[in-house]
Amino acid sequence: MAERTFEVYRGDDHSGELEPYTVDVDEGMVVLDAIHQIQRTDAPDLAVRWNCKAGKCGSCGAEVNGRPKLTCMTRISDYPEDETITVTPMKAFPVIRDLVTDVSQNYRNNEAIPRFNPRPKDAEDGWRMQQYEVEKAQEMRKCIECFLCQDVCHVLRSHSKHEEFIGPTYFVRTAGYSMNPIDVEDRTEFLKERGGIGYCNITKCCTEVCPEHITITDNSIIPLKERVVDRYYDPIKSLVRLIRRK
Amino acid sequence: MESSVAVRGRGFGKTLRRDAWWMPPLSVAVGLSLFGAYATWAIMFGNTNNVYFADPYLSPFYSPCITASCPEKIRFFGVGWWPFSPAILMMGIILGFRGTCYYYRKAYYRAFFADPPACAVGEFRGDRYKGETSFPWILQNLHRYFMYLSIVVILFLAYDTGHGFFFEDGLGVGVGSIILLINWLLLTGYLFGCHSLRHIIGGNVDCYSCTLGGKARHGLWKRATWFNKRHQLFAWTSLIFVCFTDLYIRLVAMGTFTDLRIL
Repeated sequence: MAERTFEVYRGDDHSGELEPYTVDVDEGMVVLDAIHQIQRTDAPDLAVRWNCKAGKCGSCGAEVNGRPKLTCMTRISDYPEDETITVTPMKAFPVIRDLVTDVSQNYRNNEAIPRFNPRPKDAEDGWRMQQYEVEKAQEMRKCIECFLCQDVCHVLRSHSKHEEFIGPTYFVRTAGYSMNPIDVEDRTEFLKERGGIGYCNITKCCTEVCPEHITITDNSIIPLKERVVDRYYDPIKSLVRLIRRK
Repeated sequence: MESSVAVRGRGFGKTLRRDAWWMPPLSVAVGLSLFGAYATWAIMFGNTNNVYFADPYLSPFYSPCITASCPEKIRFFGVGWWPFSPAILMMGIILGFRGTCYYYRKAYYRAFFADPPACAVGEFRGDRYKGETSFPWILQNLHRYFMYLSIVVILFLAYDTGHGFFFEDGLGVGVGSIILLINWLLLTGYLFGCHSLRHIIGGNVDCYSCTLGGKARHGLWKRATWFNKRHQLFAWTSLIFVCFTDLYIRLVAMGTFTDLRIL
């Protein structure tokens, strides 16, 4: 057992500070374990959101030494023994208290996405599709909505475009719907206007932090941007569409 | 204890990251600047006495060589009215393709515009941020047109690479031939990984089994995806190697050393 120093944000959106705590750590402990130990021994009122402790519910997102992480999947041993570990709430969202943030804007953005809209059934018992053609959409289904990608995205984090930009999480969801072989909904206008996909300037930070290793930028945002280009920025395609209409 | 402003505050360079986050954007800035400086010199001023051509090797910066000033052996057409370096004609395409490339966008937005400088690092905060929704960055959407033109350029480069195996005494292989071939392979690998190409050949299809030739398009998309995963690798290796190839041919043409004939 070794002693480690932690600094944890205590406060709300208007005021707060980093409080130092000393924690006895065992081999294999993760940052969330340390937070729980601080709750037990030093600060029973320390607010933290968590649930599964298995990296699947996406509840315990925070920033460890300035990087968005799931605290339940972040091993303390990953940091040098003499280094203080700083745990702060996700910066892109308003703080309710301590490590708990208000992520409700994300749910409003989610509601704006045109729903999954399947074509008529191929047979009485449902639809027919091949495994190879659902793989693109399946990658997007791995999303656990932890919002780490929203947190690291500079469009939200630094430019506060929460109302105009749905963010990486919901581009992944949109791609999951649109790339499904039986979906027939057209989401191109939504992506350009309400979704604000043009705000993304491909920094790929969302991909770097995704705990499910979804290739967010290359496999969802850029393909969706290309669909917007097809519709709005490709004069040859526009001409072809015009001729077909006539 | 740090206050809320220090912890939650925003501003250029603000972060709680303790790693050397400034290193990658700095490296990219240095790398791209060095390339820019070398390429500018090679294209604008490096054509005195046609030192970009060392028979049978043509510098990739000058491919295709289409002006009247190009050496006859390698000239496609002789555009007579062009008074400048023959490389400038093609440079618009190459710069346009690289400049609007999704990988390079990430690289130079970070390195030169600090937008953001690195993940989870503060930048010049402003509500005026428009991303790629307005001029000039909305022009990034023209990437696919530069891609189409680059396919034409890469075909010409294939011809010029092949030409590097035909010596005065017939078919042969020199060190320069191999360098030209590696250069072409790296540039082709970079082109095949292009996100726009990947989209057009199969990424824009959702129901492959409902589309004519869907399975073949899915196969092409899978192959493009292999290159796409390595797009950054090909972007840098091809960028460095194209300079190396130009330098090698230039030094041979200037007589600094003789090209070694292998076969």
